[in-house]
Amino acid sequence: MSILLKIIRYQFHDISRSKWIIIYTSFFFLVTYGLISFSNDTSKVIISLLNVTLIIIPLVSIIFGTIYLYNNKDYIILILSQPIKRNVLYLGLYFGLTIPLALSFLLGVGVPILLFSRDLKENFEVLVFLFTAGIFQTFIFVSISFLIATLNENKILGLGLSIFCWLFFSVLYDGLLLLVINLCQDYPLEKILIGFTILNPVDLARIFVTLKLDVAALMGYTGAVFQKFFNGNLGNFISLLSLLVWLVIPLLLGIRKFFKKDF
Amino acid sequence: MITIENLYKKFGTIEALKNISAEISKGSITYLVGPNASGKTTLIKSILGLVKPTSGNILIDKEKLNGNFSYREKIGYMPQIASFPENLTVEEIFSMIKNLRANTKIYDEELIEKFYLKKEFKKRLKNLSGGTRQKVNACIAFLFDPEILILDEPTAGLDPVSSSILKDKIIHENTCGKTIIFTSHILSELEELAEQVVFLLEGQIRFNGTISNLISSTEKQNLERAIASIMNGNNDEHSS
Repeated sequence: MSILLKIIRYQFHDISRSKWIIIYTSFFFLVTYGLISFSNDTSKVIISLLNVTLIIIPLVSIIFGTIYLYNNKDYIILILSQPIKRNVLYLGLYFGLTIPLALSFLLGVGVPILLFSRDLKENFEVLVFLFTAGIFQTFIFVSISFLIATLNENKILGLGLSIFCWLFFSVLYDGLLLLVINLCQDYPLEKILIGFTILNPVDLARIFVTLKLDVAALMGYTGAVFQKFFNGNLGNFISLLSLLVWLVIPLLLGIRKFFKKDF
Repeated sequence: MITIENLYKKFGTIEALKNISAEISKGSITYLVGPNASGKTTLIKSILGLVKPTSGNILIDKEKLNGNFSYREKIGYMPQIASFPENLTVEEIFSMIKNLRANTKIYDEELIEKFYLKKEFKKRLKNLSGGTRQKVNACIAFLFDPEILILDEPTAGLDPVSSSILKDKIIHENTCGKTIIFTSHILSELEELAEQVVFLLEGQIRFNGTISNLISSTEKQNLERAIASIMNGNNDEHSS
């Protein structure tokens, strides 16, 4: 266990000095600051923040994670030639990357909120949900990216798969869902839609946060069904659980593959 | 002592190692030679546990390797390509590796002094030249005073002065009883350093013995020609 913490510590040092992480933090800072300066309506700011968060975090996490594993291949070989278990190294690299990324998001969004906004403090609960969603997105998409990079030796293929994966969850999935709803609009699909939402970590996070805001009331009957489900204890439990599943399963598959892999 | 028994490794459809058996005795210097893609690196990586053999066994000091990791405390490895996290400093890399091998408390920092690496300690690794990285790489391999040293093209990329410092160190460690395995394409190094030669060709051992045996068995006047003659396949099984 202590070896794991040591690996995380040095990875953290390495990544927190990278210029990309500084750009990432500044990006969130500027966007949050901009949104706060332009709008007085708190829920609009949060929804805009949510949309930015749910596009940018999965994209950056999945690409950063894939490139990170590919670029450090020789370094991984060096560490594996030391007396260290493979799964410990994998987890060390994983947390060493996700923790700085998640912190970067927290600081980038949190600091301007604390400094420049009074209203947002009143929406403390929704903000906590927003941060939870962002952190989960980071952990989930880095976990998927590590799995992709471990499975594919070919850099270009791996990177392509990562981008496709992001595109699928962020854009294509919603499009397909809309198509299905449109085709089957004569049927009561609300409950099935809840199921489909849970299958996509990005949608899940979006619904999870949106329903804490008043705008959910404008979403009609579907909105009411969703609100009833996601605001209940069972709904909260199920959505957190499925986010966790999205995190743990790729991570475990990645470790399994990493354990058997030839370097 | 390293014992290799019928080691066989297949990558997809390519047979990288075809039933290799060899014994590397304690305190010897073994030179692993062969053309590109002959299986040298696969063999080295199998000993390090980086590549998992399809079948066959490797025993280090009579202990079989099967997914355990603690035996690597006995090994110092210098990979061909030196790569480190870009934003760490040289000092941090050393302290990190020391932290990861916390069981070893005695450090051999002779090479750090001889390469004058202390003056580079505050620099980030991405700002180092290729040669300096290679020096860091070498220092890490020797740092824990390991019983077995595995060096993959150790002098590649080093200037003549550093290269001779490294060779002196290799010879010195060998006289202290360390087992050394190295690969290289520079034949003068072989004559300078090695006693034993293992010649790999297409995943099989074509020759395993001393240098003088190698020269006499091929009936050539010097080492370079003897090696070239085996590489061309003019030499049938000369294992001894």
